[in-house]
Amino acid sequence: MGIYHRPDKLKDALAVLASSGARPVAGCTDVFATTEAQELAGDVLDLTDIAELRGVSETAECWRIGATTTWREVRFADLPSAFDMLVEAAREVGGVQVQNTGTVAGNICNASPAADGMPPLLALDAQIELVSAHGVRQVPLAAYVTGPRQSIRHTDELVSAILVPKARAVGRSRFLKLGARKHLVISIAMVAVRLDVVAGQIREAAVAVGACGPVAQRATAVEKALVGADIEGADQLVRSVFLQEVLAPISDVRSDAGYRREAAVELVRRAVRQLAGEI
Amino acid sequence: MVSFTVNGVSQDVDVPLGRRLSHVLREELNLRGTKVGCDSGDCGACTVLVDGDAICACLTPVAQVAGRAVETVEGLAKTGPTALQKAFLRHGATQCGICTPGMVMAAEALLRCNTKPDRAAVETALGGVLCRCTGYTKIIDAVLDAAGRGTGPEPSAGCAVGARVERLDGAAKVMGNEAFGADVVEKSALIIRAVRSPYAAASFAFGNLEQWAEARGVRVFTAKDIPGINCFGVIERFADQPALAETNARMAGEAVALVAGSEDVMAALSFEDFPVIWTVKDPHLSLKDAAASGAAVLHKSRGDNQLIAGVVKRGDVKVALAEAAHVVEGSLRTGHVEHAYIEPEAGLAWMEGDVLNIRACTQAPVLDRDSTAKVLGLPVERVRIRPAATGGGFGAKLDLSVQPLLGLVTLLTGQPSKMVFTRSESMVASTKRHPAQMHAQVGADVDGQLVGMVFDGDFDTGAYASWGPTVAVRVPVHASGPYVVPNYSAEARAIHTNGPVSGAFRGFGVPQAAALQEQLFDQLADQIGMDRLAFRQKNALRDGVTTVCGQALSGVGIGACLQALQSRWDAALISVAGFNASTEGKARGVGVASCWYGCGNTALPNPSTMRIGISAEGTICLHQGAMDIGQGANTVIAQLAADALGVPVHQIKLIDADTAVTPDCGKTSASRQTVVSGKAAVLAATALRAKILQMANMGSEAEISLSGGVLTLIEGVARRDISLRQLPQAAYGYVLWAEETYDPPTEVLDENGQGAPYAVYGYGAQLAEVEVDLALGTVKVLKVTAAHDLGKVINPLLAEGQIEGGIAQGLGMALMEEFHPGKTENLHDYLIPTIGDVPEVVSHLIEVPDPEGPMGAKGLGEHVLIPTAPAILNAIRHATGAVLTQLPARPDRVLAAIQAAMS
Repeated sequence: MGIYHRPDKLKDALAVLASSGARPVAGCTDVFATTEAQELAGDVLDLTDIAELRGVSETAECWRIGATTTWREVRFADLPSAFDMLVEAAREVGGVQVQNTGTVAGNICNASPAADGMPPLLALDAQIELVSAHGVRQVPLAAYVTGPRQSIRHTDELVSAILVPKARAVGRSRFLKLGARKHLVISIAMVAVRLDVVAGQIREAAVAVGACGPVAQRATAVEKALVGADIEGADQLVRSVFLQEVLAPISDVRSDAGYRREAAVELVRRAVRQLAGEI
Repeated sequence: MVSFTVNGVSQDVDVPLGRRLSHVLREELNLRGTKVGCDSGDCGACTVLVDGDAICACLTPVAQVAGRAVETVEGLAKTGPTALQKAFLRHGATQCGICTPGMVMAAEALLRCNTKPDRAAVETALGGVLCRCTGYTKIIDAVLDAAGRGTGPEPSAGCAVGARVERLDGAAKVMGNEAFGADVVEKSALIIRAVRSPYAAASFAFGNLEQWAEARGVRVFTAKDIPGINCFGVIERFADQPALAETNARMAGEAVALVAGSEDVMAALSFEDFPVIWTVKDPHLSLKDAAASGAAVLHKSRGDNQLIAGVVKRGDVKVALAEAAHVVEGSLRTGHVEHAYIEPEAGLAWMEGDVLNIRACTQAPVLDRDSTAKVLGLPVERVRIRPAATGGGFGAKLDLSVQPLLGLVTLLTGQPSKMVFTRSESMVASTKRHPAQMHAQVGADVDGQLVGMVFDGDFDTGAYASWGPTVAVRVPVHASGPYVVPNYSAEARAIHTNGPVSGAFRGFGVPQAAALQEQLFDQLADQIGMDRLAFRQKNALRDGVTTVCGQALSGVGIGACLQALQSRWDAALISVAGFNASTEGKARGVGVASCWYGCGNTALPNPSTMRIGISAEGTICLHQGAMDIGQGANTVIAQLAADALGVPVHQIKLIDADTAVTPDCGKTSASRQTVVSGKAAVLAATALRAKILQMANMGSEAEISLSGGVLTLIEGVARRDISLRQLPQAAYGYVLWAEETYDPPTEVLDENGQGAPYAVYGYGAQLAEVEVDLALGTVKVLKVTAAHDLGKVINPLLAEGQIEGGIAQGLGMALMEEFHPGKTENLHDYLIPTIGDVPEVVSHLIEVPDPEGPMGAKGLGEHVLIPTAPAILNAIRHATGAVLTQLPARPDRVLAAIQAAMS
């Protein structure tokens, strides 16, 4: 039977990681869902008692979402409207029960192709802050998750926060999730779109698509087409070909691959249209 | 050691810190009101509050509640149900009750911060808890009315039938005291786990089991240990399923061995090195594989992998269709559908003297007893089935699950044993709805009168027979729908594959057949140029007209059901047209479909026996052996018995099903309990009343009352008092008692399926209004108006609950439910409707009395699911032109069908 560590200091957590292969966990909503056992196996490092890892805060350069910040806390945090898409995702992750304990960082670390947190955070150019006994490093989220259940995290590191540069936390945003039922659904496809519109013109565009490949992706070709355009009618600029190169969907029990390709395009158009309607 | 408070009481528990809170609450603190449905956070049954917030106890390591306040359902009701729990009872928001504690706790969390939530807030707060019975509508109503007061009626003598009586067994369900299969503990019990085949087809041989077991301090049991006949089945003539496979696994998930040991040992045990060597074979995974010429056979006696074919033929359909003015034809394919009750199979066994006692969830206690006795080589007197509260069944808990496995271990060890399926094990091992591949042709004359129909269907019955024969026989009888079809030919075949066993699921194949037939009727009506509802009304069965089996019926209510939909139909057509004219990107449609369904076994004996007695102390006991799996038999049958006897229903004490205490009431299947067991209850109560009247020498109009051990009879000015204590003891501990058996009269079907397969039928029709997203193919069901003919409504509250729940399951079958072995053995890949997916439901309860049914009543339980899927499919086609040829209508399939219709 493994050891269950639950330190209340980050340095103690790092010491555990440095000396053992303990698995960092937070809300445990994903780790318990993948086992039938009545307790977590192996050495576990529970981060939820470390106060410095919790909560949403603001520095001069960035918004900081601590590693153990729950979806619920994100939902009720005082964040600029660029984060609306993340808040919308927070409303659709599991049910209230999972939102109350599941964490945004855990959602990223679990590295599911259908992770609800990925598209919004990609569209915010989020950085992942990794700490170990040796120091701190930051990597772009896009580089952090490398495949299904895979990331570049070293075993002696833990994700301490998700950082969103304030320079990117601009504009308005929208998250659209497509599934076969209302609640508790794993997406067939999902998109997050952030547009910074000044005087009716799109100054900055960020578009990300999830559940349509091994890892959620930014759709830079779509973004390029949108930047500089009038917001009015901008949805017409979202052409299928711009998206297809970043999509690598599979056929599974939820949908066939071809439909995912079509649906992703439609969802991006809708998100753009809805944002245009709000402005 | 972890310290926290539970329901205000400090607890220090010495358990591993990474243990699930749900396990700690249930097993360490004995708080079993918190239910475990999935251990994955998919069902929410384990919802508890931590510092006031709803969380899934199954996803929470106990370490994380250190120093915090945990509240469970047991903490709410101090002296009786809280206002919220009373609202659940008043609104009929609990059926089987397994999800109820989770629902109540999620609602409690909401109401503490929002005392007057709106519907949307309720849906959001409860969106994380799945219910498979109620269709959610009454749960929403209850939470919205949590501040309301009052209780359901407590009708006086003779007035129970027709009253919205709250469930008589409801208080325990809302308070979390109900004891389901996993909820009764025996600390010394051996824990059993099954070793199951990972392959759909494989032969196998064991290595050194003894050595493996000894090294781990456990015991292993295989087919060789089975003392009786290792072969069971729900229909004796087709019995073919081993309790443990002998040398050959015919399906993935088939149990090949049992391992039993103490709780601690079993929790830590790894099965990775279990000594079994598999020789994998090529499985038949589809009907096509199984039917291919030269395909390997699953069962020697069934050479072409065909289990059985059912046929109904009447008139000359070839000529009729050749001469018909209008003919349409079409095909439909459906997949495996999982019952997905929130309670995984579970139970406990122990010896009392030389009698093996088994307490497990079930729909069929006597069948369990007889089959388990056969497998274990025991006379039936040595097996006693004492059913647990059953957390949903819908057909799959008719088949044996844990019973023979528990029985084997307890019989051979003498020790109590316990077995609780995991969610994935439940989904792997339990039966499914038959996948079907169907084709049909329907013709009508120029006036829109149906002239003939051909139906042909293959039903994938999986590795073992289970209820395959029932499906094959029932489908041809019902595939016409409740319509007059003078020329008819229908055949349904049950075909073995190496897929999951397909068994009974609400409707026995009829929902699949209706989904095709009702779609074709829409196409035919369109071709003729008739209104689709008018077409159905024109062709609806009527009293005295013969069915496709040549049976002339009385009390046919389909016409009345269709009539009840007329005003909503007219209004919906107008509103849909208006919406579609003014909206881009979305289209709305209206669809209608009917059902009929024979109650009870098809042309086979089907008796129920009820006993009712009065003790010397003055307690009236109804031996109610008809399993209540949430559908309400405990309440409805008591209402019937109370009125027949002439006493208030709340004066009747229910004696729950127990093969040693309650007479055989058959199975809770085929919508038979209200009709068959209900009639037996009426007969028994009537017989008891007659005895009492005779004893008092009173006429049939005398009023009976019972108080303080004295029966008082009053007729006009005459009055008699009977002191029960002065009567001699009769039998079963009663001074007065009666027992009656009822077996519905049916006639054997001839080789063309002609005869009288059922004594009583029920009828219904549903109208679905949907909105389709034309670019994404998603379908939102906005409203279902349901009209069901119950003959006599015994309990409107429970009847509405059946309708709403059946519609939710029908919606799931129509739009999202598709089980794929090896891929969807959990409740996040296998989707059932959530609280946000169910439409507004308006129920019309129609009463066209049946001459045979008790007080005119007909069955309802399965009927309610049958019209939903075709009504939705017809509404999708009305909205978009899309014809679905495969269920479920997933968004990708709907979009493809829309695109095909447009091109």
